[in-house]
Amino acid sequence: MSQTMIQYEGRIAQIVQEDPMLQFLLYAGDNALITGHRCSEWCGHGPILEQDIAISNIALDYIGAARNFYQLASTRIQQKDASLEVTEDTLAYLRDAWDFKNLLLAELPNGDWAQTTLRVYFISSFQWLFYQELIKSTDTDLAAIAEKTLKEVKYHLRWSREWVIRLGDGTEESANRLRQALTFLWPFTGEAFKEASYETAASSTTNIQLANLHESWKQELQEVFAEAGLEVPTQQAFQTGGKTGKHTEYLGYILAEMQFLQRAYPGASW
Amino acid sequence: MEAIVQPTAAIWKVLETVCDPEVPVLTIVDLGIVRDVQISEKGAVVTITPTYSSCPAMDVIRIQIKMALAEAGIKDVEIKQVLSPAWTTDWMSEEGKKKLNAYGIAPPQYKVKDNTTVEDTHPPCPQCKSADTRLVSEFGSTACKALFQCNDCLEPFDYFKCH
Repeated sequence: MSQTMIQYEGRIAQIVQEDPMLQFLLYAGDNALITGHRCSEWCGHGPILEQDIAISNIALDYIGAARNFYQLASTRIQQKDASLEVTEDTLAYLRDAWDFKNLLLAELPNGDWAQTTLRVYFISSFQWLFYQELIKSTDTDLAAIAEKTLKEVKYHLRWSREWVIRLGDGTEESANRLRQALTFLWPFTGEAFKEASYETAASSTTNIQLANLHESWKQELQEVFAEAGLEVPTQQAFQTGGKTGKHTEYLGYILAEMQFLQRAYPGASW
Repeated sequence: MEAIVQPTAAIWKVLETVCDPEVPVLTIVDLGIVRDVQISEKGAVVTITPTYSSCPAMDVIRIQIKMALAEAGIKDVEIKQVLSPAWTTDWMSEEGKKKLNAYGIAPPQYKVKDNTTVEDTHPPCPQCKSADTRLVSEFGSTACKALFQCNDCLEPFDYFKCH
């Protein structure tokens, strides 16, 4: 390959660092990419064929949404410095763990089916509220991505809600598994609602007010958990860090697998 | 390079020959993903919108549009992508729906605004026309389809979901 590998570090990282809106785009894109990657790990391993197809489709939706955010971010980085050759691939494949801004919740391991579907439920119920606000953003490119993605999140939410209810209200074993998943995931569910500095700085453009979303989200949880026979935990969901690049060790393993090819063979394509 | 100026109608005619690689019986015009055709002094500008964010067919469709137009002698082509308004199956042509059904894929049964879920949908079997069908999986072979089975002739079939 004669093509030079474009490093994320240096000028590109600096442009992102100086622009809260770009950081917000990466935050939204990284959430989608990492959740999508986790869902894609089920491809070929689903409990039954229909659910294998379902979660693989959901993975694709997430990765598609990530592409939209990364394409917009890379276009805007180039608008600031036309000499930079930055594409969606630079942002997905050439950033390191500390540059990723996804929620810790997104990178946690899949565990069993209960843990997987409960995570998709937590993330899609958050995103359902998040994108409904983002549609009203004054940034029309961002609003267009939100409009497109919201139609897909609606499916993810319905699918994962049904699984939470089915497992919680199922057998003793399935209810047990779901409770264990809840114990593991719960501490990570608060981060989505704690504003990072770039979210505060971009909020007049993005139209996202996290405090309001949190109230609606708790209400959604009350209703679904009641039907699933689950208690909404009262303890603090205290784990944070992902939004500002402080990740669990799990993210490194995801990136090692996802980025290996582009780093070993820069510019490789199918 | 000299720009070749063609009336937009001629471009639309060429686009009507470009088929969706996943559902080859439908053209991209039938699907409703071509949003606009303009002619500028630099050449043709074709605006398309993806069905689903993740649709892998979009990259192929871009290449196919360029190739089809090049064959028709229209070489300076820019393809723009827009996301808003978001694509909906409501834009699928009636002609397209007929072609889908003849191909063995049940076309969307409702308008999106009716808010009918896949579970409440019973698309007639494209093979034997029976109305007695059941949902096997809300997700199918591609993002845009769900899997159904006919209770009469027992044939499984794809249903193009309202989206």
